[in-house]
Amino acid sequence: MTTVGVLALQGAFARHFDALQRCGVDALEVRTASQLDVVDALVLPGGESTTISKLLVSNELGDPLADRLDQGMPVFGTCAGMILLASDVLDGRSDQRNFGAIDLAVRRNAYGRQVDSFEADLDIDGIAGGPYRAPGVERVGSAVEVLASVDDRPVLCSQGSVLVSSFHPELTEDDRLHQRFLTLFLDLAA
Amino acid sequence: MRVKRGLAEMLKGGVIMDVVTPEQARIAEDAGAVAVMALERVPADIRVDGGVARMSDPEMIEGIKAVTTIPVMAKARIGHFVEAQILEALGVDYVDESEVLTPADETHHIDKFAFTVPFVCGATNLGEALRRISEGACMIRSKGEAGTGNVVEAVRHLRSILGDIRKITQADNAELFQWAKHLQAPLPLVQEIAETGKLQVPLFCAGGLATPADAALAMQLGAESVFVGSGIFKSDNPALRAKAIVEATTNYNDAAILAKVSRGLGAPMTGIGMDAINTKFAERGW
Repeated sequence: MTTVGVLALQGAFARHFDALQRCGVDALEVRTASQLDVVDALVLPGGESTTISKLLVSNELGDPLADRLDQGMPVFGTCAGMILLASDVLDGRSDQRNFGAIDLAVRRNAYGRQVDSFEADLDIDGIAGGPYRAPGVERVGSAVEVLASVDDRPVLCSQGSVLVSSFHPELTEDDRLHQRFLTLFLDLAA
Repeated sequence: MRVKRGLAEMLKGGVIMDVVTPEQARIAEDAGAVAVMALERVPADIRVDGGVARMSDPEMIEGIKAVTTIPVMAKARIGHFVEAQILEALGVDYVDESEVLTPADETHHIDKFAFTVPFVCGATNLGEALRRISEGACMIRSKGEAGTGNVVEAVRHLRSILGDIRKITQADNAELFQWAKHLQAPLPLVQEIAETGKLQVPLFCAGGLATPADAALAMQLGAESVFVGSGIFKSDNPALRAKAIVEATTNYNDAAILAKVSRGLGAPMTGIGMDAINTKFAERGW
């Protein structure tokens, strides 16, 4: 059976875990390198990217994760997860680590503070889920495919086996994006 | 409502730290805090100083907002909806309608549906939690007893809330009416808990946590994140202790890591026993 990990250092990992289980895969919370070793794919949840970045270091997961990404492990990053996977982070912290798995420049908190948050339906297939102090995509590399945008700003992108969204599909009961991730990259029937 | 509740989801598994200066806010962010609570005095000092504790000076809140990139929360007095309006106008990310400040209304809490900014409220038991949710709170924190460095009340409140949730999931329909009456809480919220087995909003833990082990205890009991107030900046080495508490909150089930991060942190805040305090903050709120 396919095992999909959820990076469980901080953030909305439990919601991703539930969504993956509803999709019928074996989900595993990943906090250590040995747990990372046994997963076939990984979801990086929303949360506080600076906190997750520090915990990747203290839990000695940074280099193992970089290695797995180099080897092409399928990965799905939402919000903070998108920041961690991007090649360039604007308005980040100097000690924040990002893995450059997808050729994007993203700006932290680009949509403003919590009171500016919103929820929108996307024309891709009606998937909803609002950004909360979400990152904004500022530059898109030539190898990146933009799958959905809001007000001309990309919110869902992919490159190779990497899928990222600046919003939070895990906060809805709508699992279509998780399904798509599993179908696209893991060859699993929906 | 889903958007308002969303930020609390992002704060799960993290540590929210009380800070009184921009300098402390920087230490908190460097240590890996998911958010900071900007306030004038930490609860331990409010306890010692006495007098009326109010919302912080907007200048101080703006000073903290200017140096941090993580969410900033601030406290309003119970029932003081104008303090909350001011905090919303300042652009804080969360308002804590807090018993640590001196209550402005001894009957009513703030109508939190009237605001765009989300609110967190304290609770000592499930009834109190559900009343706050029915008023629009997007996050509940078990109150504990702030400013004591003593985890005993936090454990009492967390166990009370989660224990009653577990009992409600075993109740039959007729018993749910009695539960609603007993808890003095809206029946539909009680029925929802019977179905889902959990609170409608994230449940965090606050009040008296001072060590990495305290944070892990709260998480193992079922809290989804922790607030640490006086426990960090009233200790010998705030930066080191803050980082250790962050790591303990993530690795709350891994005793080997907890042992490692608990070493050599210097003295924690001294702390006080419950029989030695005159004012229980937790008794404020209705």
